[in-house]
Amino acid sequence: MIMLAELKERLQAGSAEEYLSRLFEKIEKSSLNAFTTLARESALKHAREFDRKPSQGLLAGVPIAIKECISTKGIETNCSSRILRGYVPPYDAHVIERLKAEGAIIMGKTNMDEFAMGTSTETSCFGPTKNPWDLARVPGGSSGGSAACVAADEAPCALGSDTGGSVRCPASFCGIVGLKPTYGLVSRFGLVAYANSLEQIGPLTHTVEDTALLMEIISGHDWRDSTSAEKGSYLPGLKDGVSGLKIGIPKEYFGEAVGEGVDGRVESAVWDAVHTLESLGATWQEVSLPHTKFALAAYYVIAMSEASSNLARFDGLRYGLRQGEDKDWHTTFSEIRALGFGPEVKRRLLLGTYALSAGYYGRYYLKALKVRTLIKDDFLRAFKDVDLLASPTMPIPAFRIGERINDPLSLYMADVFTVPINLAGVPAISVPCGFAGHLPVGLQLMGPHFGEATVLRAAHAYEAATPFHEAKPEVV
Amino acid sequence: MEDVIIGLEIHVQLNRLQSKLFCGCSTQYHNSEPNTHTCPVCLGLPGSLPVLNRKAVEYGIKVGLALNCRIEEETLFYRKNYYYPDLPKGFQISQYDFPLATKGHILIKGEDGIERNIRITRAHMEEDPGRLVHAGTIDKAKYTMVDYNRCGMPLLEVVTEPDLRSPKEARSFLDKLKSILEYLDVFDGSLEGSMRVDANISLRGGDRTEVKNISGFKGVEKALSYEITRQKNLRRRNIKVVQETRHFDELRSVTVSIRSKEEAHDYRYFPEPDLVPMHIADWVPAIKATLPELPDAKRERFVKEYGLADDHAKSLTSEIKVANFYEAVAAEAAPRLAAVWIADVLKGELNFRDLGIDAFRAEHMVEIVKLLSSGAITEDGAVAIIRTLLDKGGSPQEIIKSRGLGKAEDDAVQKAVREAVAENAAAIADYRAGSERALNFIVGQVMKKTHGKADPGEVHKMVKAEVEKV
Repeated sequence: MIMLAELKERLQAGSAEEYLSRLFEKIEKSSLNAFTTLARESALKHAREFDRKPSQGLLAGVPIAIKECISTKGIETNCSSRILRGYVPPYDAHVIERLKAEGAIIMGKTNMDEFAMGTSTETSCFGPTKNPWDLARVPGGSSGGSAACVAADEAPCALGSDTGGSVRCPASFCGIVGLKPTYGLVSRFGLVAYANSLEQIGPLTHTVEDTALLMEIISGHDWRDSTSAEKGSYLPGLKDGVSGLKIGIPKEYFGEAVGEGVDGRVESAVWDAVHTLESLGATWQEVSLPHTKFALAAYYVIAMSEASSNLARFDGLRYGLRQGEDKDWHTTFSEIRALGFGPEVKRRLLLGTYALSAGYYGRYYLKALKVRTLIKDDFLRAFKDVDLLASPTMPIPAFRIGERINDPLSLYMADVFTVPINLAGVPAISVPCGFAGHLPVGLQLMGPHFGEATVLRAAHAYEAATPFHEAKPEVV
Repeated sequence: MEDVIIGLEIHVQLNRLQSKLFCGCSTQYHNSEPNTHTCPVCLGLPGSLPVLNRKAVEYGIKVGLALNCRIEEETLFYRKNYYYPDLPKGFQISQYDFPLATKGHILIKGEDGIERNIRITRAHMEEDPGRLVHAGTIDKAKYTMVDYNRCGMPLLEVVTEPDLRSPKEARSFLDKLKSILEYLDVFDGSLEGSMRVDANISLRGGDRTEVKNISGFKGVEKALSYEITRQKNLRRRNIKVVQETRHFDELRSVTVSIRSKEEAHDYRYFPEPDLVPMHIADWVPAIKATLPELPDAKRERFVKEYGLADDHAKSLTSEIKVANFYEAVAAEAAPRLAAVWIADVLKGELNFRDLGIDAFRAEHMVEIVKLLSSGAITEDGAVAIIRTLLDKGGSPQEIIKSRGLGKAEDDAVQKAVREAVAENAAAIADYRAGSERALNFIVGQVMKKTHGKADPGEVHKMVKAEVEKV
């Protein structure tokens, strides 16, 4: 593991091309299936240019892996879906423009659940990505490729997207850091939409400082995203410690309170973390987020409804999959969609279409929006008393590939601690806080809207006091 | 006619805007190659996001105010979901609850000649889909081509209450709406497809049909007339009208069924998550202050200020360009005479040639009206000058000179009168025996001798006096 600031210095002195070539070699031999497309040629060309004439920039010469659903000019962007195979965007997402402006090198695209619909990266048309800590297990999802490649040192950092936990879940399962920013802090321009009102692009890195550095680059207002906001400042106060911080422990996120309950080993790792923070000068108190039990249902209704509309554009007419002979319009696009989407995507599109239909809109979508408001109010109320909230990121450690994929409800249940954050629009980070057996466990720290600086500061203080982020998986 | 019920939905392109509704692409695509006025946003490429053109909302509010609507405090966009090849996102960004403007009305002249208000239900904003070009007719085409240049054009959909009673009334509503839009300078009606109409038609007590996507005002009249006849024929034969959507086939001037009620779309409207609600109540006062004088107010002022007949005032104010033309002329020459000549003569000559008022220069009209007031030219001469100006160009003075249109000199007329009386003894005898027509014959002879340049009224008096002398 190497921190980005240090890597940058080393590259200035050494060779970006050499470093990048070594990464590509490692990826070639890897059994993780973390990458879908390697932008070998353009990345090496960029690296050679950098070696010839080192540029400045916050990430000058540093390679970065990008989740499949973030548009990259000239590099295929297919959301790990058959229906988008062959689609090469003519433009860069805002975050890609920002990264390039700071000298970063786009090394390739990473595997994900098809259209980000999943918690395990098993629904990808490229097959599942494996967890570097245990190749029989999932890396989490939907940004599983981005998390796995960073954890296995196939890339020094990556971007993912988080609609209901898709950055934090794989960060937790793979033992790295992942942040879901406040809704609006990072422009979604160029992010292929799954559920627009919920999702944000976020960094996946080895350390909190690296995440703060990436946030300095990718956050901030972009006129092309009407929901985007001004950025804050993340690196300067990062090391100011947690002395005096009040941390809330939402009682609904522990024990048997929700869903299938929390794995005992996960719960004890998280409590240890809370006590570590206490020893560093923070205080903690129990708080209540009473509407937590309605969050999963509301989340899935909203996400699926929005998805049913967002994915309507994939009809094979202008880009992506086109198969066989054209028939009449209705038959042709129906056949392409039947062929192009996998079963989980179809399930969500059908449910979302149903939830928005005449006569059901009020019963499902509108009701879900009301629940969303209640959940947001829960958080606003809690943040009147405390600065941060702490919980497990996932109630369980990484499960086995194939273990839950045929039981969608049990998969959905795993998102129980991550989805409320997206519904409320607040920021949350997952940092490594120990192990359940040989599998990493993640601590989730949540802050108020635009409270990233505080979230990062606490996460950094915790990280500095613990060794978990330094642990390495043994990958073949 | 009493039992016909018509309501209209009019899609107006706000084509005086520079850029499309949600992206920076130019709205001036009319003479361009297909698919050249596009970008990731209006093509709906994955990851693209709409950004609202605020000016379009301002224009929308302007129209809402001019249609006497209530402007919503806060307005927002919805997604209207349906699959069609001209819709690259698989949904149209439109409005649903809380549209920009509601509950308005405009004044039109009804079939019975009496003016009355037609109520406007709502006016809302939406993006135009692309354009489909079928290889052949819609039902028989082997393939269809799509042009996304139009995609994302700012549209305002104006919906009326079912207050119209005949195709002619529908036509006069559309004329009035167009007039208002052009007064506001938000709309250029000369561009193809700039106004498209859906019409709901029923006979009192019966189910309604909707005829979709009729372009052109003549098309609307034709489609409505056809549909009314069709429904009346069904009723006569005791067949129920089926509630359905119909397409107007312009070539054959008939409507054909395209969708029954059972096949009606469920559009699954929900608020567009990529755009934020707009609090527009604060915008209204400033926009109100910039509203120009509208047709009805201008017409009233023309009657008061220039002493015009109401019909003339109405005719002169129906088009903003004509109204401006008139005022330019009236500032320099006799306003009432100018009104008569512009409304009754010039507009007719322009219509006949399918020309707009731009084809005639105001200073020429000033000159003509001045010459008429001073008696230097006759009415026939003035008409000839107008026609020549339109057909060949030049200036009034040149035309008068080259065609000898100046009024004949008095002694020349006097001479012609003497000659005519001397040459037509028989007619004089008839006149003396009590035939007025005989005198008219002599007047005609004088006009012939003066090549029509004399004033017939004057000539009549002179002939009479000459006959008395003889």
